[in-house]
Amino acid sequence: MTEQRKALAMISGGLDSLLAAKLVQEQGVHVEGINFFTGFCVEGHTHAIRKRSSSKPKRNNALWVAEQLGIKLHIVDIIEEYKQVVFNPRYGYGANLNPCLDCKIFMVQKAHQWCQQHGFDFVITGEVVGQRPMSQRKDTMPLVSKRSGAEERLLRPLSARNLPETLPERMGWVSREQLLALSGRGRKPQIALARHYGFDDFAQPAGGCCFLTDAQYSSKLADLWQARGRKEYELDDIMLLKVGRHFRPKPHFKVIIAREEGEGNFLQGYRKQYLSIVSLSHPGPLALVDGEVGDKDIELAASLVARYGKGRDVPRVEMEIRTPSGSSFLLNVQPMAASSIPEQWYL
Amino acid sequence: MNRVLVDARRLLCPMPVIRVQNSVANLPAGTLVVAYCSDPGALNDIPAWCRINGHRVVEMHSTEGEYVVVLEVGAG
Ligand code: SF4
Repeated sequence: MTEQRKALAMISGGLDSLLAAKLVQEQGVHVEGINFFTGFCVEGHTHAIRKRSSSKPKRNNALWVAEQLGIKLHIVDIIEEYKQVVFNPRYGYGANLNPCLDCKIFMVQKAHQWCQQHGFDFVITGEVVGQRPMSQRKDTMPLVSKRSGAEERLLRPLSARNLPETLPERMGWVSREQLLALSGRGRKPQIALARHYGFDDFAQPAGGCCFLTDAQYSSKLADLWQARGRKEYELDDIMLLKVGRHFRPKPHFKVIIAREEGEGNFLQGYRKQYLSIVSLSHPGPLALVDGEVGDKDIELAASLVARYGKGRDVPRVEMEIRTPSGSSFLLNVQPMAASSIPEQWYL
Repeated sequence: MNRVLVDARRLLCPMPVIRVQNSVANLPAGTLVVAYCSDPGALNDIPAWCRINGHRVVEMHSTEGEYVVVLEVGAG
């Protein structure tokens, strides 16, 4: 009996990674999954934070995919190491702050290293030639194989027949004939294949797989870097960029105002790290202030926050200001008129 | 009975799953792991992770914004 080969499938949670793993699994290869958490993943967070989405039960799509396939899934926290990819992408950014090509190289490299450590033979991705403008082009896909170090041990089952033969094909671990020759941005073949296998209810992410492809998110991140004078972030920073309305009234501070109850609850968890503001006299949102602020700044922030509460049309509103250490004081402010919020404050 | 506590409060998914996973990696079968979470998503994700990796959820409950999942480490 020949030895059963082992493949590690990169599972993003989308349909393509599900199908790619399935095609290889069907050929008798032992498949396990790996999923990388960068901190920017779209996965779940907005559902977790925003109350209004809670009617639809949320799930982690990578776990869901693994369960459909009946495979183990290893979720790897790469938050720290990933920063270098975001700060200094060798191949630059895409339309926004998404360093897709460097990101792919980095992740495939991590997956390849995992294989070496765990006695796995090759890496599978759900990439399709011509599907993404930066990382999935006919000229960049070989670059990913090469620069990740995976070289011939990287198999893209959905596009394999459009690409040079890889080691698993040459060695007969998988049959090239049973792999696909998909290309382009169309989704029909994948959907037909999903139907064929009986997968439904799969996730179909619209843009990319992470927040860095989002224009608004990227502009908030760029603002953060500008305010700090260098490219840097902590996990809390990039989580907070996903939540609330963000304003920068002055270069040295920013105000984050919850848009609804779920976000308010989420921001509550940060009151020991940031100065926080909430209206006492009228119902209103919780807000955080990020930056070193003086009395005048606090007053300005409080009147901005008051504008988003039920007291927006009354002459004065009583606001509670709480410091990270837990001490608090009251401030009586006039809610800012919508027309007096300068356009450039909005991030 | 030996219980290992995992504090995943204030973390959003998938961090609670990652914390549980990394803790379970070093534990013998039969150990009970108690995960404290504040993201309600953990109530879906940790059991899903257990199902695919061969561990067993023995108890789940929630109190005032805190969600507790107790699982028994499987043979792997
Ligand atoms: S969208 Fe984000 S996660 Fe996906 S390849 Fe681009 S940078 Fe990486």
